[in-house]
This record gives sequence, C-alpha cells and structure tokens, in this order.
Amino acid sequence: MRKVILATILLLPSWVFAAGAGVPLQKANTDIMDKASLQEGAKLFVNYCMGCHSLKYQRFQRTAKDLNIPEEVLKSDLMFTAEKVGEIMDIAMPADDSEKWFGITPPDLSVTARARGVDWLYTYLLSFYKDDSRALGVNNLVFKDVGMPHALWKLQGWQKPIYETTTDAEGKEHTHIASLELVEQGEMTPEEYQNSMRNLVNFLDYVGEPAKLQRLALGWKVLAFIFFFWIVAWFLKHEYWRDVYEGVWKR
Amino acid sequence: MMKLWNASIGWIDDRFPLTTMWDEHLAKYYAPKNFNVWYYFGSLALMVLVIQMITGIMLTTNYKPDAAQAFASVEYIMRDVDWGWLIRYLHSTGASFFFIMVYLHMFRAMLYGSYRKPRELIWVIGMLIYFALMAEAFLGYLLPWGQMSYWGAQVIISLFTAIPVLGEPLALWVRGDYVISDVTLNRFFAYHVVSVPIILLALVVVHLLALHAVGSNNPDGIEIKKNKGDDGIPLDGIPFHPYYTVKDIVGVAFFLFIFAAIIFYAPDFFGFFLEHSNFIPADPLKTPEHIAPLWFFAPFYAILRAVPDKLGGVIAMFASVWIWFLLPWLDRSPAKSIRYKPFIFKFALFLFTIAFLVLCYLGLQTVDPVRTMIARIASGIYFAFFVLMPFYSTWGTCKTEPERVTS
Repeated sequence: MRKVILATILLLPSWVFAAGAGVPLQKANTDIMDKASLQEGAKLFVNYCMGCHSLKYQRFQRTAKDLNIPEEVLKSDLMFTAEKVGEIMDIAMPADDSEKWFGITPPDLSVTARARGVDWLYTYLLSFYKDDSRALGVNNLVFKDVGMPHALWKLQGWQKPIYETTTDAEGKEHTHIASLELVEQGEMTPEEYQNSMRNLVNFLDYVGEPAKLQRLALGWKVLAFIFFFWIVAWFLKHEYWRDVYEGVWKR
Repeated sequence: MMKLWNASIGWIDDRFPLTTMWDEHLAKYYAPKNFNVWYYFGSLALMVLVIQMITGIMLTTNYKPDAAQAFASVEYIMRDVDWGWLIRYLHSTGASFFFIMVYLHMFRAMLYGSYRKPRELIWVIGMLIYFALMAEAFLGYLLPWGQMSYWGAQVIISLFTAIPVLGEPLALWVRGDYVISDVTLNRFFAYHVVSVPIILLALVVVHLLALHAVGSNNPDGIEIKKNKGDDGIPLDGIPFHPYYTVKDIVGVAFFLFIFAAIIFYAPDFFGFFLEHSNFIPADPLKTPEHIAPLWFFAPFYAILRAVPDKLGGVIAMFASVWIWFLLPWLDRSPAKSIRYKPFIFKFALFLFTIAFLVLCYLGLQTVDPVRTMIARIASGIYFAFFVLMPFYSTWGTCKTEPERVTS
C-alpha cells in the first residue's frame, strides 16, 4: 500500500502535466462516418496497441458490425485474443505484471477518446521523441515523462527535439522544445504516418461511443418529426385560442 | 356509449372525487389569459421530472451500485443495452435541463413578483423543491463513478468538516466511511432513486395544490380574482384545460426540439452536461488537478471559493442558497410586476442576473487572482441584491398598475 502511495506521489507530476496546456494540440480532423478510416484504425489498434491496451467495454462483434467488417476477416485479421465474436476486446497481459514492468498498468482505452479528446490523442501519437534520460529512451511533448514506449517507432521512425532558448522579462533564460525533427524515417512517410494516426484516433473515437453512429444517423429524423409535431401543435393551439382572441370563451 | 361513460364516471365520483379534482386543477382552474413565454417553464419542469423518473427507473434495471462495477455498468448501458445510450443521455441531459427550466421558472417569478403575497408559500415550497433537486443531482452525479463523480463528492462532503466540532463526525456519517467509497455509493444510490424522488414528488404536488388554491399570477402582477363576472369566474381568466394544455403542448414541442438536438448531436454538451474527466474511472489515489462542479452548482461554488476562509466560505455558500427563501419578505415594492416597477429595481435585477451568470462561469474555471477578484465583486452584488432589497424596492415611483390584464 505504501508503495502504491509513493508511486502515486512520484507519478503525480506526470499526470498533472498530461492534461496541462502548454503544447498546442494539432487538429485530428477525424470523420466517424468514414468506414475505411475506421477499419484502417481498427487494424492498427489490434496490431500495434492491443499488446498492452485493452478495450474491455467493446466487443469484437459490435466492432465488425459497425465497421462493415466481414466475420471471416474479423476472425482472421483482428481476433488474436478471443475465440468467440461476442467476446470483449481484452488483452492477455495481467495487470499486475504490466505494473511491475512499466511502473503503471497500461490503461484501458475504451473511453479515453471521450476523456482526452481526439486532438489530444492525435497530437500525443505524433509527439514522441528520443530522450536518453528516460528509462525507455523516449518522452512525449503532451504527456511529459510518459511511461509508454514509442510503440509505433517502426512506422514513424525517430524524432529529436529542437531546443530554443528564450529570455523572459526578468532576463532569465529558459530552454524549451520548439519543435520535433524527424532524424530517422520509419516505414511510413510523415504524411502517411499522420494519416494512419488520424485513422487510429478515429477508431478510438468510435470505440469511445459506438452509439455515436446510431445517434448521428437517427437525430435528424427525430428532429424532423418533432418539427412537424410543433407545427400541428401550433395550429391546434390557434384553433382553440380563437375563442379567447374573439372576446370570451363560451362559458 | 356516452351513457356508459357517464355511468362509469358517476360510479367513480360516488366513491372518489374524480370530476371534482379534474375541474379544480384543469377544466375549471381559471388562469389569467395573458401568460407569455415565461409561463412555459413550470409545465416543462414538470415534464422533465417525468422524463427523469421514467428514464431513471429504466437505468436502474441495468446499473450496478457497486464501486467495482458502477463505471463498467454505465458503459454496458451505453453499448450493450438496446437503446441504453438514448435512455442514459435522456437522463443526463434531462438533469441539466431540469435546472435550466427551474432557473427560468424562478427568474419568471422574480420578473413578475410571483413570490409576493398571497403566494409566499408557493415560493417557499418551490425553493424546497429546488433544494431537493440539488440534493438529487448531487447524489446522482456520484453514480457513474468517474473521476469527477468521486472527487466532486469528496470536495463537497469535506465542506462539512469546516463546521467546528460536529463537522468531522457529520462528514463521516454522510459518507459512511473515511473517504468516498463503495459504502457511500450504495447509500447515495438508495437516496437518489428512493428517498429524494419521493420528497420531490410530494413537494411538487404541494406546490401545485398551493398554486391552484391561490391562483396564478400573471405578467401584469395584478389579481384577476378582483374582477369576477356574474358567474363568479374571473373576467380575465380562462380554463386551464383546454386553453393552456394546448398552449403548453406547443412549448413541449419547442422544448423537445432543443432537447433532442442536444441528445443526438452534443450529448456531453462540450463538457458541461457530461464532464470529460468523468470518463476516467474513479481513482481514490489520483486527485484531478482541476475539480469542477456541474454548471448548475457553479455559482455557489464560486461564492465558496471567493471567501478566503474555509468556514466563512461554507457559510457564504449556504447563505447564498438559503437567502432565496426570504425573497417574498424582502421585496417591499408597491408593484408586483417588473412592468410597473421603477428603474432601480430593473437595474438591480439586471445586475444580479449578470452576477449570477458570471459566478456560474467562474465556478467552472481554475482560480487565479483576477478571477478571484471578479468572483468577490459578483458575490457582493449577489448578496446586495437580496440584503438591500427592502430599501431599494421602495425607492422611485411605480407606474400605475392597470385594472385588468393587458394582452
């Protein structure tokens, strides 16, 4: 218990910084109606993220149904951790072990997009850089001293920070990271990587709220019905209220 | 057919005052004929109450009041329960809309002096409803068991500890534990779905009974019962049913349009109706850097933070809610309605409204010296509006109230 408390106190700064401002977020510009993007994102998630991160509120079957993925493809290409299509998208790694290995259990990502927002996730995935002072050799601009390795380095390659020194009003010098520079390209060009991350974030946005697909599709129909109902109600009211306008209602 | 109908009603009337009640509250309840848009919010608040009861009961069929399962059960409702997401959004959006309706309803009362004699008790009962509603919302917000649920409750309950001697035991008694825990969740669930709704419903019934006994006020703030026809019916009165029932349906349709637009296109309403950090499961070991109350509590939270002393802040916060009760006795203006009150009162109400909205905004923000200063000024205006009302409400000359309602 004392260990947990100690770890929390030590980790607190990173957690606080994680949500803090400072680094401007890049626009993810995701489109949840883009099925191809969602499918691409699902593939990336299963292949690169699901080693550590679960989606324990999401079911394989629901994902396949919403993303128009045929069941054979689902079973062969996405279901590495489950036998039946109705199972949740869980991982095999026990939480206790991962806590020992990484210092923190990789969080379940089912509703992370709703907590963090798509722009934060997108920027986070683009902002890993080499930092030899860290145990895993990487750091992140929007999540300082993050405990996660750069799982997508194969795709993106490696970025290095470019430092900038500014002098404040009191004459003190501050060094901070101005930008990141790609020093070693991965399998993807920067544009391809950005596009992939957009797809991945899009998928996480969908997983955060699968019902979004339903509500966006249904919403305008409900509104149209209520609008029609409003017109009818308005005429009904005027029909009744004619007595009041014309003097007195019939007592 | 009609004969059978009349016979059935007659049979019931001999055993239960059905027709009497129908007449008293609907068909022969004479409301002023000059209600404007501000008069929609009472019936709309009642409708939201019904929406909350129905969706709430439906949610309990799948929700689990257990610290280990609560968060997951909400996500289960959002994903695996057929139309569960719709029910949940109706309930979560309904909570915010309940407050929007009630605030507008209260503002209407302030505009037209609906709290004035002989309607003081209606106002007091209304305030009790507002209290119960705040309790209901506070209790319900713990149930999703997200970070804001947890830490919001932690902060509010720890306010009790500011009370000398009794504070600690009182907080312990409310929580049932030294921190917010499974025990707290269990009892909050019980209060949220059983105790408070019963109180709320009973108060609403009493509120309506009192209103129907005294009669409705109107935008002119004059008593329609002063001018009655030979039949004993107020000359400016019309039966609530069918005239106001059909009119309220128009209001219902308009309300539902906005309500549905939010449910389908912005259910978290940019973090105001469902806070972003509440999508992180409650974690007693991680205090969020910024704990924000829900928007409808924000003005009072801002007042709490504006006072440098903890106990002083708690007293100011409670005073800011309690002071509303005194409104009927603070307003000493000869005219009831804002239409006939002098400029000074209009200006005071305008300043108060701005202060309330500013406090609502500030209560959601992090603290800095400038914001604290603004919060103090706004709190000052807030209290001055009430405390100084006995004086400024008598200043200036009122316009002459008309004999009959104006349309």
